[in-house]
Amino acid sequence: MDVTITVQSKPVTKPADFWVNFLPPCLWMLGFYFIPLAILLSYAFMQHQYVEVIPRFTWENFIQIVTNSGYRNTVIRTLYIAIAVTIIDTLLAFPVAYFLTKYAGKYKRLLTILILLPLWSSYLVRVFAWRIILGYNGVLNSLLISLGILSQPSSLFLYNQFSMVVTLCYVWLPFTILPLVTAFERLPSNLLEASADLGGHPLYTFRRVTFPLVLPGFLAGSLSVFSLTMGDYITPSLVGGAGDILIGNIVANQFGVADNWPLGSALAMVVLLLIFGLIAIISRKGALENL
Amino acid sequence: MNPPLRLPKFIFGTITPIVYLFMYLPILTIAIFSFSQGRVLSLPIHGWTLDWYAKALQDEQLQIGLFNSLKVAIASCTIAATLGTLAALAIQRYQFFGKNFFRAAVILPIVLPGIVTGVAMLSFFSAIDLPLGLMTVIIGHATFGFPVVFNTVAARIARLPRSLEEAAADLGSPPWEAFWKVVFPGLRSALISATLLAFTLSFDEIVVTIFLTGQDNTLPMEIWARLRFGMTPEINATVTLILLFSVGLVLLSQWLGARSDR
Repeated sequence: MDVTITVQSKPVTKPADFWVNFLPPCLWMLGFYFIPLAILLSYAFMQHQYVEVIPRFTWENFIQIVTNSGYRNTVIRTLYIAIAVTIIDTLLAFPVAYFLTKYAGKYKRLLTILILLPLWSSYLVRVFAWRIILGYNGVLNSLLISLGILSQPSSLFLYNQFSMVVTLCYVWLPFTILPLVTAFERLPSNLLEASADLGGHPLYTFRRVTFPLVLPGFLAGSLSVFSLTMGDYITPSLVGGAGDILIGNIVANQFGVADNWPLGSALAMVVLLLIFGLIAIISRKGALENL
Repeated sequence: MNPPLRLPKFIFGTITPIVYLFMYLPILTIAIFSFSQGRVLSLPIHGWTLDWYAKALQDEQLQIGLFNSLKVAIASCTIAATLGTLAALAIQRYQFFGKNFFRAAVILPIVLPGIVTGVAMLSFFSAIDLPLGLMTVIIGHATFGFPVVFNTVAARIARLPRSLEEAAADLGSPPWEAFWKVVFPGLRSALISATLLAFTLSFDEIVVTIFLTGQDNTLPMEIWARLRFGMTPEINATVTLILLFSVGLVLLSQWLGARSDR
C-alpha cells in the first residue's frame, strides 16, 4: 500500500500576526504624533486675540513672520548657523571616521565608544561647560594669559555667534561621526584596491569610489545636525548673545511666556518646511536608511 | 601602481586626537571643577574638596528629580522597546500596502526637531484636556525612543536567517515558541543596546520635557532651573556622578552585546 505523505509548507506567519505587530506602533504614532502634528498645523492658520486662539482661518501668522524683520532675520540666522554647523561638523567628522576605520586597528572599538560616551552625559551641562571654558575668567582666557598671548581677559569669546557655533558643533559632532564610521566600515576595500591597481590616483579613487559610497552616511549625519540645530533653543539661551536667538527660542517663547500659540505653531511649521526641503533634496541619495 | 597614500594617515592622525580633545575638554572641565573648593567656576582653582559630592547626594530636590527621571526613563524605554520591536517585525516580515510610508513615518520623530514634537504634543494634550505631568512626559519620551529601537532592531532582523524560524515551525513549534526560542535570542543584544540608548536619551531629555511636564521636575529640568542662577560646583558633582553612571551603562551594554554576539 502506498503511503503518501503530503508535506505542507505552512507559512510561518499568519495575517493575524501581522496586525499584532503592525497595529500598536501604527496607532501610537497616529494618536501621539500625527494627530498632534495636525493640531499644531491647524493652530498655525488660526487667529490669536488676547491669549485666546480663535478657530478662524488666516494667513496672518505667516505674513507676520515674513514682514516682521525680527522674525525674518531670526529665520535667516537660524538657517545659516545650521548650515555652518553642519559643514564644520562634517569637516571634523570625516578625518576621524576615516582614521577610525582605516588606521585605528585594535583600538577602533574603544575609540568608537569614546565618541558615543559624551552623548550619554548631560546635554545641558555639556552646553554649560562652554560657558566655563569661554567665559571672562574661563579656561581659555586663563590659558591665553599664562601663555602671554593676552595681557588681560577678553570677553570676545562668549555670548555671541562664535560661542553658539562652537557649542552647537560640539554637542552634535557624534551624530556626524557615527554614521560616517558605519559608512566607511561598509566600504569594500577590494573596490579601492581595484581602482588603485587600474592606475587610479588616490584622489581620483576618493572622488569616484569612496565618496559616492559613503555619501548616504554623510547625508544622514548632516540631516541630523541640521535638524537638531534648527530646533535648538537651549544652546542660544545659555551661550548665545542677546541678539543671537534662533527660531527655537521664539517658538518656545510663544508657547511659554508670550502665549501666542498660533504664531509659535506657524514658526514651528517654518522649521518643518525647511527640514522637509532638505529631506526632499537628499532622500534620493538613500540617506534615510542610514539614520 | 600608485604608492600607498601616507599623507592621509599623517594628516588624519593629527586631526583625530585634536577632535577627541575637543570632545572631552568640556567634560574634563566639569569633572575638575566638581572638586574645586570655591563657589565661582574660574581659574586658578584654590583648593580641592569632596564636599560638593556630599551636598549633591543629600540634596532633596535633586533626589526627587532623579527619582522622577528614572520612573520616566524606565516606563518610556519599555514602551519604546515594545513598539520598536513590533514595528521592526512588521516591516521586515511582511509585505503590505504603504510599507515605505510606514517606515518613513516611524522614524520621523528622530528626523524632526524635538521642539516640534514638544509643542505638537502640548497642543494635543491641551486640546483633549489631559493634565500635564509625568504621564505626558512618558508618552513624549516613548515617541522619540521608539524610532531609535526600531532602527537598531530592524537592521538586526534583516540579518537574521529566516530559515531557522521556518525550521522551528516545521518541527511543530507554535509561532510564539518559535519567536521566543529562535528569533528573540538573535535580537537580544540589539534590543538591549537600543533600549539602553532610549533609556539614556529619555534620562537626559529637556527640549521636549519642558513643554510636557507639569509640576513634576525631572533631573534635567531641576538642573535647568538652577542653571539660570549660574552653575554651582554641586551641579558639577551631580553631572560627574551621572557621567560615571552612564559610563557604567555603556560598558554594560557593550559587554552584553559582545557576549551575546559570540
